[in-house]
Amino acid sequence: MRHIISLLMENEAGALSRVAGLFSARGYNIESLTVAPTEDPSLSRMTIVTRGSEAIIEQITKQLNKLIDVVKLADITEGRHLERELMLIKVRADNPSRREEIKRLADIFHGRILDVSDETYIVELTGNGQKLDAFIDALGPGAILETVRSGTTGVARGERTLHV
Amino acid sequence: MKLSGAEIVVQFLKDEGVEHVFGYPGGAVLHIYDAIFQQEELRHILVRHEQGAVHAADGYARSTGKPGVALVTSGPGATNAVTGIATAYMDSIPLVVLTGQVATPFIGSDAFQEVDAVGITRPCVKHNFLVRNLEDLAETLKKAFYIATTGRPGPVVVDIPKNVTDPNIKIDYAYPDRIEMRSYNPTVRGHTGQINRAVDMILDARRPMIYTGGGVVLGDGSEELVKFTRTLGYPITNTLMGLGAYPGTDRQFLGMLGMHGTYEANMAMHECDVLIAIGARFDDRVTGDVKQFCPEAKIIHIDIDPSSISKNVRVDVPIVGDIKHVLADMNRVIEASKKKPDEAALKRWWEQIEQWRAKDCLRYDRNSALIKPQYVIEKLWEVTGGDAFVTSDVGQHQMFTAQFYKFDQPRRWINSGGLGTMGFGLPAALGVQIAHPDATVACVTGEASIQMCIQELSTALQYMLPVKIVNLNNRYMGMVRQWQELFYESRYSHSYMDALPDFLKLAESYGHVGMRIEKPEDVEGALREAFAMKDRLVFMDFITDQTENVYPMIAAGKGHHEMHERELA
Ligand SMILES: Cc1cc2nc3c(=O)[nH]c(=O)nc-3n(C[C@H](O)[C@H](O)[C@H](O)COP(=O)(O)OP(=O)(O)OC[C@H]3O[C@@H](n4cnc5c(N)ncnc54)[C@H](O)[C@@H]3O)c2cc1C
Ligand SMILES: Cc1ncc(C[n+]2csc(CCOP(=O)(O)OP(=O)(O)O)c2C)c(N)n1
Ligand SMILES: [Mg+2]
Repeated sequence: MRHIISLLMENEAGALSRVAGLFSARGYNIESLTVAPTEDPSLSRMTIVTRGSEAIIEQITKQLNKLIDVVKLADITEGRHLERELMLIKVRADNPSRREEIKRLADIFHGRILDVSDETYIVELTGNGQKLDAFIDALGPGAILETVRSGTTGVARGERTLHV
Repeated sequence: MKLSGAEIVVQFLKDEGVEHVFGYPGGAVLHIYDAIFQQEELRHILVRHEQGAVHAADGYARSTGKPGVALVTSGPGATNAVTGIATAYMDSIPLVVLTGQVATPFIGSDAFQEVDAVGITRPCVKHNFLVRNLEDLAETLKKAFYIATTGRPGPVVVDIPKNVTDPNIKIDYAYPDRIEMRSYNPTVRGHTGQINRAVDMILDARRPMIYTGGGVVLGDGSEELVKFTRTLGYPITNTLMGLGAYPGTDRQFLGMLGMHGTYEANMAMHECDVLIAIGARFDDRVTGDVKQFCPEAKIIHIDIDPSSISKNVRVDVPIVGDIKHVLADMNRVIEASKKKPDEAALKRWWEQIEQWRAKDCLRYDRNSALIKPQYVIEKLWEVTGGDAFVTSDVGQHQMFTAQFYKFDQPRRWINSGGLGTMGFGLPAALGVQIAHPDATVACVTGEASIQMCIQELSTALQYMLPVKIVNLNNRYMGMVRQWQELFYESRYSHSYMDALPDFLKLAESYGHVGMRIEKPEDVEGALREAFAMKDRLVFMDFITDQTENVYPMIAAGKGHHEMHERELA
């Protein structure tokens, strides 16, 4: 099963490597990992997407909780939640029909064209991972010059919050 | 008070109540060594290798319950310390290891004697710190001690760059006597509902079994455990790390369990209907094949570390909390309960257990013309009145000691279980003797293990530490030879110890007393003579039967009921 684990951790040098080291040392699967400071600069928020059986996910959350720098943790996939990923994708747009086609696809997917050159477009798209995958499929293999994805972030819906 | 970083390190340690530091100097810690030189209260013990410093601090910690402290220089000092740190980590021993580091402007430049100590030790510490600013030094040290000694204990490394200890830069120092960390708050009290559920299950048991581990020693829960076990009248077994937490001479004690555990302990595990696991972590040396582990039992597990619970074996009633508190609460609930253990079922269960016990699974050939290692340990137990601190190295001698020295008190049995570090025994014994100057301290070792930290014989002379070394010399890496005999058709690849030193002369050259014992009839006399030399280190080289194996034995991956036993003619 796929799980999204959100954690608040002390914004200390080395905190990220403790998490990464834990996953590699214990052989846990890591699909994506994002991290950035929160409104309180002493805290970072990390989102980890991982897969594993219930028993493994239980060990992962316990082991993460055990890290001294981890302040709080939640498995947001346990409840209703939102997840989003940002993608910047540079595509070949070197003739009027390609340009038209990409513009149309971007509109359908609620993407925005951020940069235009004679030969290329850069499209910005947010959504869950499947939507981004679908956009890539729709573009087809020949068109893509560069794909940059942020990895998934997410938050629980409603009243549930992860804060100190 | 205005102090330099070096002075803060020393003053902080004193304020924290630290009396001994085990260490070895070098460039990055010279400022600290200079501050040590200028005072008398904090005693520094100079070892001969940094691995020895950490093991000695570890022995000190295991035997006292107080955190052990080691001080080493950057680079090779730090890397030499790593084996010691990992050893303490695997057995959850509270240590604070101070490593010197190159000055902050040089960090990351491959400077002389620079290693990323925080990076190297990260997977084998409870936590570690790099102190970048003098202003953070005292508070970081306080955090290190707090983290090392609370919750599930463990080693903490504090890496201190040389410029942070500069004697010319002084700041205000006050001992931070309290520390709060929003990210670290170990659970102490167990959940009442879970405790009640557990007690209910315990009192309903018909074939109960108590399985306890190092957590009872670490959490000083012996007294509560003895009360719990005696009140219920249930059988109890200890892991290798738990020995002594329940008196080894008591009838209710079935001996150690696991790979080299007793027949009765392992069979009782296999057939019990309620298993009460207390401060034990279901290690693979204990469980054998987890699919066949306690097939009929409901399992209750008390542990302070949630990640120990349901890690290897799923449990039915988890209780997160400190042993001492949880057992005290349980004892109260049991006393107040109207329900009592089922006497008739318990009687039948004990009858079954006594039948297993009657097999006398530890029996060995007592008429051998060669010295049997078991015999030496039995005599060691007699001669020391069962009251010594006994450290050991790793191998057959370690298992024989666990089986034959009946520890009646916690913190007397000091060995490396989790990492299984050869070389641990001697330096650990020195640490124990420093902590308990008047106590009897024995180090049971093998001719292979002792050579891994033999240099500490010099430390022992310098500080006049009268440890008694019991070398069970079988001219083999016996434990390795045993596996090769059983699982590799006796192809003894590189397990023979050739070109051994003359241990007697070796001991003498280090200024100690050496003895060689070759006949069974001389064993007891030699031990008596050695232990009578109160102020000398005596190295007893017992030439033992080379072919002796440790039994019973459960091969890796087998079930508790699939034990190999010793076959006697
Ligand atoms: C050659 C060799 C052979 C071995 N053979 C055997 C064998 O036959 N049998 C055997 O048992 N072992 C054997 N071992 C040792 C084995 O490898 C493990 O080290 C050992 O079994 C672990 O013991 P433990 O479960 O008591 O855990 P420990 O490592 O002692 O862990 C303690 C547990 O208690 C918890 N704890 C700590 N403090 C507290 C507290 N205050 N309150 C509550 N919980 C707390 C911790 O979280 C942890 O889960 C052998 C080792 C070697 C080197
Ligand atoms: C540092 C280290 N290296 C290797 C091992 C693997 N090992 C386990 S027991 C053993 C042999 C120990 O021999 P000895 O000290 O003579 O004890 P004996 O088994 O003969 O009693 C070895 C090599 C280990 N535990 N530690
Ligand atoms: Mg040997």
